[in-house]
Amino acid sequence: MKTWLISHRVLVGVVAMVLVVVAGGGYVISAAGPGPDDAPAAKPIAGDLLYVDLTGGLDQVRTLRLGSPGAKPAATSQRCQRVYAAGGTTVCLRLAGPGPSYEAAVLDPSGAELRTVGLAGIPNRARVSASGKIVSWTSFVTGDSYSVPGGFSTRTGVLDLRTGAVADTLEDFHTTVEGAENRAADRNFWGVTVAADDRTFYATMASANRTWLMRGDLVTRTMTGVRQTAECPSLSPDGTRVAYKKRVRRLGPWELAVLDLRTGKELGLPGTEGIDDQAAWLDDATLAYGKVRQDSPSAIYAVPADGSAPPRVLVENAASPAPVR
Amino acid sequence: MYLTSRAAPERSTSGEGHTRGTGKLPATVFALGSVSLLTDVSAEMITAFLPVYLLYTLQLGYVQFGLLDGLYNGATALLRLAGGYVSDKLNRPKLVALIGYGTSAATKLAFPLAGASGAGIGGVLAADRAGKGLRTAPRDALISLSTPPSRLGRAFGVHRSMDTVGALIGPLVTFWIMRDLGTGPTPVFVVSFCFALLGLIVLATFVRERRPSAAPRPAVSLKACARLLKDRGIRRMTYAAGLLGLATISDAFVFVVVQKSTGVGLDVLPLLPLGTALVFLLAAIPLGRLADRWGRWRVFFAGHVALLGVYAVLLAPGGGVPMLALALLLHGLFYAATDGVLMAYAGPLVPEELRASGLAVVQTGQAVARLLSSVVFGLLLASFAMSTAVTIVLCAFVVALGGAALLVRAREATS
Repeated sequence: MKTWLISHRVLVGVVAMVLVVVAGGGYVISAAGPGPDDAPAAKPIAGDLLYVDLTGGLDQVRTLRLGSPGAKPAATSQRCQRVYAAGGTTVCLRLAGPGPSYEAAVLDPSGAELRTVGLAGIPNRARVSASGKIVSWTSFVTGDSYSVPGGFSTRTGVLDLRTGAVADTLEDFHTTVEGAENRAADRNFWGVTVAADDRTFYATMASANRTWLMRGDLVTRTMTGVRQTAECPSLSPDGTRVAYKKRVRRLGPWELAVLDLRTGKELGLPGTEGIDDQAAWLDDATLAYGKVRQDSPSAIYAVPADGSAPPRVLVENAASPAPVR
Repeated sequence: MYLTSRAAPERSTSGEGHTRGTGKLPATVFALGSVSLLTDVSAEMITAFLPVYLLYTLQLGYVQFGLLDGLYNGATALLRLAGGYVSDKLNRPKLVALIGYGTSAATKLAFPLAGASGAGIGGVLAADRAGKGLRTAPRDALISLSTPPSRLGRAFGVHRSMDTVGALIGPLVTFWIMRDLGTGPTPVFVVSFCFALLGLIVLATFVRERRPSAAPRPAVSLKACARLLKDRGIRRMTYAAGLLGLATISDAFVFVVVQKSTGVGLDVLPLLPLGTALVFLLAAIPLGRLADRWGRWRVFFAGHVALLGVYAVLLAPGGGVPMLALALLLHGLFYAATDGVLMAYAGPLVPEELRASGLAVVQTGQAVARLLSSVVFGLLLASFAMSTAVTIVLCAFVVALGGAALLVRAREATS
């Protein structure tokens, strides 16, 4: 047997390769399965929750009627890794081409593409201001982290639909923390949220292993530190509070916290530990966010912004909640 | 499959006989090229997918991943030495290469088992890197032992070129899977495993190891390996390659800096590695031939001068797409003139029975130096303006070039 194998090794090799190709091809064909839903694409309406359905890995964006028990989610025509919508504008971060590369697609209320902007890396955060005029996104770039080879850094872009101007990074904004200008090359920015004036914004800045909640101005292109240890801010619809994720301990897990901008009081929300998301305000009293649980896929949770009740699951196997107003 | 069929070994039973004088490369080179092509499709599929998988599917923190990756990058350097030594000791380079390729193939199936555990993913990545570390030196030894010394440059050129074809196909396959089958992890890992398995089959069945000759072999021992560095030629080459490695900025940094300095859109960033790979692929064979004729060390040195050109482009502000194209052209030429050419130069310097160990020593020196350099450059970037950081590296690089020229020229004069 052994000598036969050796003298016919080419034959054995060819047969083995054919078997692998056939098995692999068969697997791919079976995995392709049915495509996205054939049902006509649903249009989200006010009161809906848009989210990315993680079932099957196709990243189908679905829309779910909130507050009506038993409502079935309906598929939209979009496939995104991150989605957000406000003021009739939808931003969809999705696969764009080989590389693989990704893009931010900006859609109008009819679902038509207004604009696509190529991303520097992997989709991470996306936001639209309440008016629908300012669109922002964050992507992760691999391999160029400034101190750890193979680490990540972030690029955050802002698009102003009124002028069509794109700032594809915030690194050239003038940044001040604790009274001094910070020009460090290792500054990274992520998670933008824009206020009702379409000019003031909040974002995270990281430098030298510390993070700050920054308040910025899109016109003067400046940012000033508000407080330390706060990431992925999300401004409440009434503009009085900012929700963000906050490290419980150094290198420990994050929890969701709400900062009252008038009093400066910060409130940690119990039961949100382990969050890694930019939360979205469903209304002035409720926050929604995606969170991965131990050994199970991400689910979307809702939690009262005053910490009066523990989080409850809104949608299983889903991420990227975006309320439609 | 065309390349594989060229590698069909019907006419290669002796490995060397038919190549003498005809200028042809032994089938083993093409077979090993096919192995690397298939393995690189598999590996680059994962490289393209891993960030999405970790950050999007598993939602692991990026800090966590960065730490893991940096750690394992360095750890494999030592395994290269082990791979080289064991392969010489047993006189079975193919067996050691098989174990290395096999380990990496198996890890493709282990990813889903590791689930969302940071430590699990780290372990799988470490095993994958360990496989890569183990196989590199014995594989290069197989190429170098099966090829007549006069054609080594071309042989390594063919191998690296085929390898790069795989590196270009991998991300395309991942893109296609993500578009049509979704971002779920199983299809990517299964298809990647299939490619790795194909590579393993080609290695097992199409790559012929030279039969051990009847003549008694000098003993292979750790002492003998240590003596390698006592050889003036090997020592000076290792130092020179290491010295140049110390001032070599890692690819990721080159791409990030060149995007900033030329002022092209951020969205081209994901495509820049493809540009370098394309030039590498096209230039590896011609530069390998040139190295055989004009001198391997000269081409290796000239390749580093091309890298100096890349640094110069990084310092010139603006320039847009033409400048970017120039930088990628030079960067690709740097790889084509150095990666395989160094192995072609090193091969004949090392006695046959220690070939894999000798190549491993040179590779390890270079890899460790480059790792150090990328950490240092990262620190420079964090504390100085980008142009200052690049200027510092450029100056260091000129010094390294001078040092390398002295080291190896002195050798040629005395030997």
